[in-house]
Amino acid sequence: MDYRTFDTHAGPRTEDILPASTAAAVKVVIVGGFGVGKTTLVGAVSEIRPLTTEETMTQAGVGVDDLAGIEHKTETTVAMDFGRISINEQLVLYLFGTPGQERFWFLWDGLFEGALGAVVLLDTRRLEVSYDVMGLLEERGVPFVVAVNTFPGSPVHAMAELRAAMDLPDSVPMFTCDARERASCRDALMTLMRYLYTLTNESPEPQ
Amino acid sequence: MSKPKNPWDQGNPDRLYILTTGRASTDKDLRLDLVTLIVARSETDPGLQPEHAAIVRMCDYPLSVAEISAYLTLPVSTVTVLLTDLLTNDQVEARPPVPVAALPDVRLLEAVMHGLQNL
Repeated sequence: MDYRTFDTHAGPRTEDILPASTAAAVKVVIVGGFGVGKTTLVGAVSEIRPLTTEETMTQAGVGVDDLAGIEHKTETTVAMDFGRISINEQLVLYLFGTPGQERFWFLWDGLFEGALGAVVLLDTRRLEVSYDVMGLLEERGVPFVVAVNTFPGSPVHAMAELRAAMDLPDSVPMFTCDARERASCRDALMTLMRYLYTLTNESPEPQ
Repeated sequence: MSKPKNPWDQGNPDRLYILTTGRASTDKDLRLDLVTLIVARSETDPGLQPEHAAIVRMCDYPLSVAEISAYLTLPVSTVTVLLTDLLTNDQVEARPPVPVAALPDVRLLEAVMHGLQNL
């Protein structure tokens, strides 16, 4: 992104304006590695063209030791795509597509805080990455479901095999999804909601 | 991100530093989430900085912090500082996200499912 061009009249297109009655938002995070279809999924169900938000971080420059005593820092920018679904006149759902690496998550303080849950887009080429992602989500107490994006020509894996390879409990929903298809992506979100519903009903009532 | 570009692009931090006059967001009371909705309370004041004025103008109707960041092409942390100024001066109001404890409320889930069915 170019910070130098600043549009003082920037803002949503008329058709992208939320009603004044919109009182609050909820969020769902779509987690997946590079090129597994996060943005495609977000774009398939979003009512707005996916937008990009960004965050900057300061990194110590490479080879600092060589420059005795000279602090050398560089700013890096990391982008995250997101979309939006109006649920009703009061409630709006935001979908954030985020890379699986934990170092990205630190940049968006509170990305997972208050999120309803997550959809993990499984990278069948690098299962170990998705395995780590699921571990991190568990640690953070973020409920998730697992979607396997079916690319044309992608290797077909038996769900049972993948589940075993990922060491995923039977209780966690795992399904195939075509990230280009609105209905398929909507079903993926629906599966997450039903799963959350089950978890909520299973949890002991607070006394 | 399916864009085949390096996501670790170099930014231009100088302008961000000037915009926020070097402040970092520290006020815990005004904690803003990516999906906190911002709504303008008044018309833009001609005395406002261009970035502040742009936020007030675009928040005629509710807009999330993430959307403001996207439309202004400014990092979320910078937008948060600008929003804190506007909130302190009562020029915008913040509508916090639906609180989600360890598990979300059943009625909230039902509302979301109903909304998704209509997609």
